[in-house]
Amino acid sequence: MKHMKHLIKPYLIWSLIIVVIPMVLVMLYSVTTAGNSLVNIQFTLDNFKKLGNSIYVKVFTRSLSIGGITTGICLLIGYPIAYIISRKKETVQGILILLVTIPMWINMLLRTYALMNIISETGFINTLLISLGFDKIEIMYTDVAVVLGLVIDLLPFMILPIHTILNKMDKSYVEAAYDLGANKFTTFKKIIFKMSLPGVVNGVIMVFILSISSFVIPKMLGGGQYVLIGNIIEEQFITQGNWNLGSAISMILIVLMLIVIRVMNKLDKDE
Amino acid sequence: MNKKLVELKNLTKTFDDLQVLKGIDLTIYENEFLTLLGPSGCGKTTTLRIIAGFEEQDGGEVWFDGVEISKLPPYKRELNTVFQKYALFPHLDVFDNIAFGLNIKKLDKSVIKQKVEKILKLVGLEGFGSRDVTSLSGGQQQRVAIARALVNEPKMLLLDEPLGALDAKLRKEMQIELKKIQKEVGITFIYVTHDQEEALSMSDTVVVMNQGVIQQIGTPIDIYNEPENRFVATFIGESNIIEGNMIRDCLVSFDGMEFDCVDKGFKDNESVEVVLRPEDLDIVEPEKAKIKGVVKSVVFKGVHYEIIVENEHREYLIDTTDYFPVGRNVGITFETEDVHVMYKMEY
Repeated sequence: MKHMKHLIKPYLIWSLIIVVIPMVLVMLYSVTTAGNSLVNIQFTLDNFKKLGNSIYVKVFTRSLSIGGITTGICLLIGYPIAYIISRKKETVQGILILLVTIPMWINMLLRTYALMNIISETGFINTLLISLGFDKIEIMYTDVAVVLGLVIDLLPFMILPIHTILNKMDKSYVEAAYDLGANKFTTFKKIIFKMSLPGVVNGVIMVFILSISSFVIPKMLGGGQYVLIGNIIEEQFITQGNWNLGSAISMILIVLMLIVIRVMNKLDKDE
Repeated sequence: MNKKLVELKNLTKTFDDLQVLKGIDLTIYENEFLTLLGPSGCGKTTTLRIIAGFEEQDGGEVWFDGVEISKLPPYKRELNTVFQKYALFPHLDVFDNIAFGLNIKKLDKSVIKQKVEKILKLVGLEGFGSRDVTSLSGGQQQRVAIARALVNEPKMLLLDEPLGALDAKLRKEMQIELKKIQKEVGITFIYVTHDQEEALSMSDTVVVMNQGVIQQIGTPIDIYNEPENRFVATFIGESNIIEGNMIRDCLVSFDGMEFDCVDKGFKDNESVEVVLRPEDLDIVEPEKAKIKGVVKSVVFKGVHYEIIVENEHREYLIDTTDYFPVGRNVGITFETEDVHVMYKMEY
């Protein structure tokens, strides 16, 4: 295996180009003024000061709460699905995991458009409700629509890590718990769930990070007025052309994510 | 004899068209150290798992302490298991692993502490309570697994090849220790292994199994000295198995000669198989023996030489402390009681 080591070099160079260098640039942009050139760099903390504005604070709070709710719902739905799949025969599991991942093969825009068709004012759900004689409901352009879109989009990221860990968990742990007098519920609570926590932590981190940084789904399902962190970053870079402020917001997002990862991993260790 | 604790009646079990148990009848007594011995796939582990409640038999009954328990889930059975790979809960420390069953019974914290500490002492792990189970050596993990099962004071302990993962020296130590622990706690042990030496050195009763059928039940000495058929004879140690004819009680013929023996109860002129254990055979000068041959090979085994003597009928395997060079004409002798006559196995 030793001589295979150098095969990792292309990957290292690749990640240097597409990960490390852009990160350094984002950091640099966030602490400089607009209109710098390579020879004349003006450092400033103004970009971060602007973020003290109540509008940004509001956006951050809203993003965090939408992310938290999405993550919570994904966990509540995803864990039972992962658990049920892991109880099936190996061949059936393969098919079910495929079904979980198939939506990820379709372009996210298409998926979101499809969802819009279902929940829009004249969409499938409302048509159905009206034909059954109910009042129509407004989902489109609400928090519900955004969370729904995010949950549908991110559910696989919760199911897959939990399923992986449940699937490779040795059956003898469960048998040992039964053997020691634990009934099915206690065994689940004290053994299966506790031992699957690393998978839960991975799923939570992934879903939370992807949901607080998403911008396409909130934009499409939340309507124009709906703003999350991802949206203001996009706006600063694309519409306003203020890369420095956009970078500063990105830096805050990165710090938030690092805090979440740290806290989750700590929780996992303490268990 | 002690009271009956477990009775298996005509147990059958099939996995995916493969019948792994073909009618197992077995009675296990209180305070007995009983070993299920056989090659892999013989059904010994399945039998154990049915008693523990992890598998359900297709047919037959399992009686435990006077009650039929087939429908009882494993967590309601008054027995505990030591698993092959220990199955210690990695997220709990040694103390919490051992206290798991007691916590479920919702015993008082101080009682639990007392019981765990007592059992840790029994298995020789005093002061290990706060250790992480993943940091323990194989032998220590094994002891924790035994402690975790025994602390619940079960009526019976099931052990599924518990020493399989240990090295040879440690395995010997643990064999002695297990036997000591069993005597100390005074409960029934059902022990599954494919290691014949392990079975012979620890058990009160050995049950030899092959292909889902019990071949022989007996004390280690009976099993070794009086194997009932060719399978048992070859599985328990090495032996010379020779086809012969039972002329009448106490007289058997093989390899063109007649020999006195101590076996009775066969039909006159019945075809039988004769077992001669290598260590029961002795090499002498040719004129002093009935069987004559030439030394074909000599292998030094430490305590003894393993010598193969060949003649026109067959090769004989002999374990002896005397050395004879290859090519020497020799004779083979044995005592009358060393001739073990078995029923011929149907194939």
